[in-house]
Amino acid sequence: MTDTLTTRRRQLISPKVLPYVLSLPALLVCIGILIPFVTAIFYSLQRYRMSQPWNRGMNWGENYVKFLTDSDFWNTLKVSLVYAGSTVVLELLLGLAIALLLKKRSTVNNFVSIMLLLPLMTAPALAALMFKLMTNPNFGILSYFMQVIGFDDFRWGSSPGTALFTVILVDIWVYTPFMMILLLAGLRSLPTQPFEAAALDGVPQLEQFWRITLPMLMPYILTAALFRLLDSIQQFDIIYAMTQGGPGDTLMVFQVEAYLNFFQSTNVGRSAALLLILWAITYFLSNIFVKNWLRLRERAKGGA
Amino acid sequence: MDHTSFLERWFRRVALSIIIVFFMFPIFWIVLMSFQTNETILRSPPSMSFTPTLDNYMAIIAGRLDSNVASMGIDFVNNLMNSIILSVCSVAVALVLGVPAAYAFARHKFRGSEDIAFTLLSFRFAPPLLVLLPLTLYFQEIGLADTYLGLVWVYQLICLPLILWIVRGYFEDISPDIEYAYRIAGHSWFSTFRKIALPLAGPGIAAAGLLAFIFAWNNFIFALVLASADKQPVTVGALAFVTASGIQYGQIAAAIVLSIAPTLALALWAQRYLVEGLSLGAVKG
Repeated sequence: MTDTLTTRRRQLISPKVLPYVLSLPALLVCIGILIPFVTAIFYSLQRYRMSQPWNRGMNWGENYVKFLTDSDFWNTLKVSLVYAGSTVVLELLLGLAIALLLKKRSTVNNFVSIMLLLPLMTAPALAALMFKLMTNPNFGILSYFMQVIGFDDFRWGSSPGTALFTVILVDIWVYTPFMMILLLAGLRSLPTQPFEAAALDGVPQLEQFWRITLPMLMPYILTAALFRLLDSIQQFDIIYAMTQGGPGDTLMVFQVEAYLNFFQSTNVGRSAALLLILWAITYFLSNIFVKNWLRLRERAKGGA
Repeated sequence: MDHTSFLERWFRRVALSIIIVFFMFPIFWIVLMSFQTNETILRSPPSMSFTPTLDNYMAIIAGRLDSNVASMGIDFVNNLMNSIILSVCSVAVALVLGVPAAYAFARHKFRGSEDIAFTLLSFRFAPPLLVLLPLTLYFQEIGLADTYLGLVWVYQLICLPLILWIVRGYFEDISPDIEYAYRIAGHSWFSTFRKIALPLAGPGIAAAGLLAFIFAWNNFIFALVLASADKQPVTVGALAFVTASGIQYGQIAAAIVLSIAPTLALALWAQRYLVEGLSLGAVKG
């Protein structure tokens, strides 16, 4: 059918190669990114400190083997997991609660959900600076609140006991709205029949939530949580802007530790090995995420 | 169900108020601080009564910080310019590269298309430093270190996957029949793309472009690693500003307000697009 048309108008590009031609520029730009990735693998197998160029050479897996007995590494792994785990769980619970509150479309609810966009659109690094100002021991409003309610010596980001709490608070402030938006979209897309039926049968609200809402919302919850987990385990901006990984090594998550290894102790080999371990974790997580997401898309398409 | 109980209505109101206060207070407080002098900021207990002053903003725009000890030059306006240049250029490049590719992935199920699309998506999830650290060494060798070109290229890591995936979803939603009809009427592939597909996917492209702009603006790590002082955007510049200006808290607050104002204004102006982009991009695809 299209043959006559294609012959009438001589085409420069045959339809077969067209999709490749269209996507090629985007691919080329990204292939430039793959080269440093391979280089990073290479570095991770080297003894490589920029301060000791004469000492550079392959040491194969030694950087990785050393991690087994390296307490700093285990600390990094622990802090990253605790940070990612607690932010995702707290944001999920909060985000779900807010989404449930805002489920019905009304002027007030719309206003609240628009306002909640603002923290999400604030750069995480700047959000950390905002909280740094608010938790300043001399004039910070949050420090003052803490004094008022009786915590005289609450030092937020500058004390090892509360630093993790402080950055988690910033993370919650920035990213809870993300969870809320996804879950709200999910909630509003659920079919109404099961709820109407349940209401007719006089099923109590709480039971409706556990038996109908939650199971039906589960794919959305999983997608949102995995998405945040992937981001959160790599968190850099908030922690670096707030404390640069300190005090001491309390907040040395993967990327902060790798950054400082590279630029301060110029230990390129260790830095690359750390990042590759982080990459392996995120690769594993992103595979689960993508599978989940595809299923959700299929369902959304099928249901629509 | 409109017969909600009195108690439930009150619970809802209180909960919503707490949410609004928690999420709005930091922005509100920083804006207040930016209109105060250091003396009123440092009062204890903190108070909301003060005579607002524009001094902090004037100092930043004039590029001079005067304190009673010394005065020093700062160039935060330059950081703002850099943010604008980097975000606008990155989004423009990402749209030019990403929209045709998204169309290809949506319309033509060619061999390896899913694999390629996922490879591109996986860049979104890989730790940025993994690429950035070797890239600093390469950029120094090929002369891209500390250039806008190099930065815009690296910013494609954020912008391109975002645009590709959101726009692809919109293209998939357009029925191919419309395009076939137009082509049978004798129009070329390119004019079909330009006259039919592009306008129909317009809202999606706008949403993706806005989100990409905001993410590019908010990016911190790329410029921290790759840019020196004169190319740094506001996110990195603000951190340096805090270190440099020390105790000029009012000016720090003003700098933060200037840095977040553009993205917040965009968010308010285009909130519907953003919510759609965020939720469709992640949920519906």
